[in-house]
Amino acid sequence: MEFFRIKNDIPFMRHALVFNVISLLTFVLAVLFLATRGLNLSVEFTGGTLVEVHYSEAPQLEPIRRALSDDGYPDAQVQNFGSARDVLIRLPNRDGLESSRVSEKVMTTLSAVDGGSPELRRVEFVGPQVGKELAADGAMALLLVVVGIMVYLALRFEWRFSVAAIIANLHDVIIILGFFAFFQWEFSLAVLAAVLAVLGYSVNESVVVFDRVRETFKKKRGMDTPQVLNHAITRTISRTVITHGSTQMMVLSMLLFGGETLYYFSLALTIGILFGIYSSVLVASPLVMWLGVSREQFMKPKQEKQEAVV
Amino acid sequence: MNRYPLWKNLMIGIVLVVGLLYTLPNFYGEVPAVQVSSGKATLKLDASSTTARIEQALAAAGIPQTGIFADQNSVRARFDTTDLQLQAKDVIERTFNPDPADPDYVVALNLLSASPNWLTSVNALPMYLGLDLRGGVHFLLQVDMPGAITKRLDSTAADLRTLLRDQGVRHSGIERDGRSIAVRFRDAGLRDSARRAIERFTGDLQLADRDGPDAMPELVATLTQQAEKTIQEFALKQNITTLHNRINELGVAEPVIQQQGADRIVVQLPGVQDVAKAKDILGRTATLEVRMVDETPGALEAAMNGQVPFGSELYTERGGRELLVKKQVVLTGDRLTDAQPGFDGQTQEPAVHLTLDAAGSRIFRDVTRENVGKRMAILLIEKGKGEVITAPVIRTEIGGGRVQISGQMTTQEATDVALLLRAGSLAAPMEIIEERTVGPSLGAENIEKGFDSTLWGFAAIAAFMIAYYLLFGLVSVIALASNLLLLVALLSMLQATLTLPGIAAIALTLGMAIDANVLINERIREELRNGSSPQAAITAGYERAFDTILDSNITTLIAGIALLVFGSGPVRGFAVVHCLGIMTSMFSAILVSRMLVNLIYGRKRKLEKLSIGQVWKPSN
Repeated sequence: MEFFRIKNDIPFMRHALVFNVISLLTFVLAVLFLATRGLNLSVEFTGGTLVEVHYSEAPQLEPIRRALSDDGYPDAQVQNFGSARDVLIRLPNRDGLESSRVSEKVMTTLSAVDGGSPELRRVEFVGPQVGKELAADGAMALLLVVVGIMVYLALRFEWRFSVAAIIANLHDVIIILGFFAFFQWEFSLAVLAAVLAVLGYSVNESVVVFDRVRETFKKKRGMDTPQVLNHAITRTISRTVITHGSTQMMVLSMLLFGGETLYYFSLALTIGILFGIYSSVLVASPLVMWLGVSREQFMKPKQEKQEAVV
Repeated sequence: MNRYPLWKNLMIGIVLVVGLLYTLPNFYGEVPAVQVSSGKATLKLDASSTTARIEQALAAAGIPQTGIFADQNSVRARFDTTDLQLQAKDVIERTFNPDPADPDYVVALNLLSASPNWLTSVNALPMYLGLDLRGGVHFLLQVDMPGAITKRLDSTAADLRTLLRDQGVRHSGIERDGRSIAVRFRDAGLRDSARRAIERFTGDLQLADRDGPDAMPELVATLTQQAEKTIQEFALKQNITTLHNRINELGVAEPVIQQQGADRIVVQLPGVQDVAKAKDILGRTATLEVRMVDETPGALEAAMNGQVPFGSELYTERGGRELLVKKQVVLTGDRLTDAQPGFDGQTQEPAVHLTLDAAGSRIFRDVTRENVGKRMAILLIEKGKGEVITAPVIRTEIGGGRVQISGQMTTQEATDVALLLRAGSLAAPMEIIEERTVGPSLGAENIEKGFDSTLWGFAAIAAFMIAYYLLFGLVSVIALASNLLLLVALLSMLQATLTLPGIAAIALTLGMAIDANVLINERIREELRNGSSPQAAITAGYERAFDTILDSNITTLIAGIALLVFGSGPVRGFAVVHCLGIMTSMFSAILVSRMLVNLIYGRKRKLEKLSIGQVWKPSN
């Protein structure tokens, strides 16, 4: 079996502008959704209490809402979680509430409601001070990843590559966030982990292509820069699709079998992988070209390294 | 030509065998067990005698056990069924805690790995499951550090009052104002002499001159950074000790109580479902009391016969002797500012040094002056129940607020008593700022879901790889399987906590790790397409792909490390596994797969064709 039977190099660079415009549009849309709708942050970031209960028979949500409201929680969100028998209750932190005791009170209230006794599955309570820290830590982690990868690529390749790779992949991150904002999917710590993992993962996609670009520059003297890029992308496209396909199979398996907890995690990965292929190949490569990469930079690597530091 | 030297094959083989050995315990599942650990900070568990006692007790009751294991802090006995486990718990409870009102040991139900004893003896244990997989409660507690510091400043203000009075320096008022103490004087001369007196007295204060609202000279004292730091470290350590003592009551098999950051404590109680009780226990405080011993002749004997004299109480001293203590409290723990283990200046015996605040010092001086030659008792009152920690004889009047407790103590005991005294008397207030409870059914479900995801994902990748790359695909799948094996072995060895995000990381890492083999296989095909001989194609394929694999793994590792550094909770669980997985995947994807390919093809001199699937060549 062989999927890709490509005789000549595909002229990707001829359409470079088109790819980048598409990319730019998605990016702008993502930013727009982020700005207008914002992320639906989980309890971990906002602080609050989350109680998950399981009933042996599907309960009516309305009596539960009413009971909670009567017992002093008018701002409780009650919804089904995964199945009709699982119920998720969210309560924001607010002043005058002894927040560390909320979960027990909620359970008492729920037990008093007619229609089956609830079984406590999970409680998450996050105080207001913790949420802010988590958000700050998340931002720091993102920054560290970006800086770390840029420095590594600049040392290993050339600054043009590191800039192109980071732009292409940060735009993936924004697009994932855009999806979460548009659909108002819950953005939790696990999703944040997925986003950062995607960043590392799709940069590695660019690295594979860049590796080929460097090798082609050194080996094939007759080609100009767009040809070199076309050649590199064409030669690696089979690997790109198979690798991402394999990773996606794993992620799909998590999406199907992993249950609610892993659902958004694998969803973020799915979007990240799909856009990762696109951006790290079809966006990063043109960027490298426009940033003015050329054969000479690889022929005299020592001088280039000095420039890279500047 | 494509052969690994013997040592390399051996090395890879050994790594895989060791990996298999440490993965094995995970397949055996768990059996019911009963765990015995010390219920008091002053009581050290002696492994061999405890083991013997459990063995005897079970033998006497006719309950068969399948092995008794001891580690530093606990002894555990395994049983075949939960019925036996429950019976055994009762028997052991009765043997170790003859007085249920005052338990010396914690006897708890637990689960132990069912792996054979020889595996346990080489320290091969199953992975340590996080709370989201086994069920339980997780708390993050914030210690009120500003509270601890104001408390200290309040007592310092009282100290200064006493000090200035003793030194004959007249002041016009001492007040604590936020995080500083302001002392007012009539004139600057008094202020200077006060400053000299304070500086001689303590190094913990930073002094500054200031003119007060009505132009009165003031001395502003703030705690030095060093002193603040000491107070904070002290408050944290002592709160952790208190928590340990509290949680012992809950009978939790493997509680985790750890410092997190400068002012936080993580408490994890696996298997605990009664969150309300857990919270009550975490919130309670203990106190210290100093009282005089009732030494009226004949009173002790009368008390032991059931006639306790009015105004006294009967206690059992550590070491088992009965002691009659007066009910009147001389001093409470509020007056204690510090307790440190150390040595007696003259006899070099282990001792505990106590520091009292000013008011406490005065009381103590008066009491000791009036009671030279008598005994005083130091009691720890917890849950309305007292325990005599020590009952020394007063030799001389003790002034200055520095008290030493010594006599028949080991260094360890001195440390324990110091910790206990601090724990009982000085808890800074704490607040729960994070709580996570996972029910046992959800935990089991999470394991199942995580396992299913990995299994089906792996099966799909394996099927595809073998169909697409034939024999080389099979080699890749074996390499991927060995990656999984090594990762699980590494997690078991390190006893890193495995959480649901951790399982997701295992799955994701496997999905990403196949990349290296795809790179290699594609490269080999490309070399073949360009007309290389099969053997040369294998060599070139592996060598050329290596740089790329390295680069791509390092960038992924950078992301993983960032998550590890800044992640907390679920993110950290993900990051640990992710980082380890990247490293094991480098090993298995390159070395293991190459070894297999070398073993299959390496010795064939006339190799015509590789089983790597169809290699399409453009027909010109």
